Amino acid sequence: MSEPSLAIRKFSDLANPTRFLALVAILWPWLAGLTLCLFAAGLYLSFTTEGDYQQGETVRIMYVHVPAAWLSMMCYTVMALSALGTLVWRHPLADVSAKAAAPIGAGFTFLALVTGSLWGKPMWGTWWVWDARLTSVFVLFLMYLGLIALNRAMDDPVRAAKVSAVLILVGFVNIPIIKFSVEWWNTLHQPASVVRMGGPTIDPEFLHPLLVMAVAFTLLFFTLHILAMRNEILRRRIAVLRRHAARAAGRKGGAA
Amino acid sequence: MSHAFYVAVSYVAAFAVTFGLIAWVWLDHRARHRELAQLEAAGIRRRSARSEVAQ
Repeated sequence: MSEPSLAIRKFSDLANPTRFLALVAILWPWLAGLTLCLFAAGLYLSFTTEGDYQQGETVRIMYVHVPAAWLSMMCYTVMALSALGTLVWRHPLADVSAKAAAPIGAGFTFLALVTGSLWGKPMWGTWWVWDARLTSVFVLFLMYLGLIALNRAMDDPVRAAKVSAVLILVGFVNIPIIKFSVEWWNTLHQPASVVRMGGPTIDPEFLHPLLVMAVAFTLLFFTLHILAMRNEILRRRIAVLRRHAARAAGRKGGAA
Repeated sequence: MSHAFYVAVSYVAAFAVTFGLIAWVWLDHRARHRELAQLEAAGIRRRSARSEVAQ
């Protein structure tokens, strides 16, 4: 039989939680440092570039609102890939990844909703409307909360992993709905102006700080995600140790 | 309310959520580390850790 390729070998090496923890220990300070540098540059650009001729200073809300909204969808996509990893490949870290990502996704979705509301009030004249974009993002937030609650409610991690993986994949239908809601329905929310066919339509004055902030937020997500995965691995190790200790104590008690 | 107010509250919310998530990850890690140390002090170790000690 031929040797597996280097990429496959590296990927299966990561299935070993101890190896993954060693990799996280090396990786996270670099990721955190890079995130910090990008945030410094992004925040500098966010407050030194011009305001919009119509929206004035409120355009600066975009530099936190749009990255948070992108992350809310990217995080769910990472969870959906992890769910596939659980159901199809039974990768031991796939469920750890999905479980660790849910609170981070909930945090960024909450931020997207709050900053959107704070942008909506001065620009639209209202904090909230039940249009397709806002409602579908609100549903995404509820889905994150539901998945967190489900994982906490089930004691058996293997069963919880399977049930939440199925739910995550079913819920993934909401992601294209969120993305295309502004095209499929008549919404108060504006249509896409950055990731669209034909390229971005916004001025480079706003596009540059937006892209730097988007990369900074994305790196922040991955830094938090690998660190939350490390915590989840430790939590599972503790649970196994406690179970073994209880079993050993039971055997001793039975023998006496 | 002025535009600056909406911008300021948005950035405060972004900082609050970011630092909230960082605090969650950090405090969780500290608690798990402490828990593992307590188990180790009680003589409860992983099999791989036990073999490392034995070597």
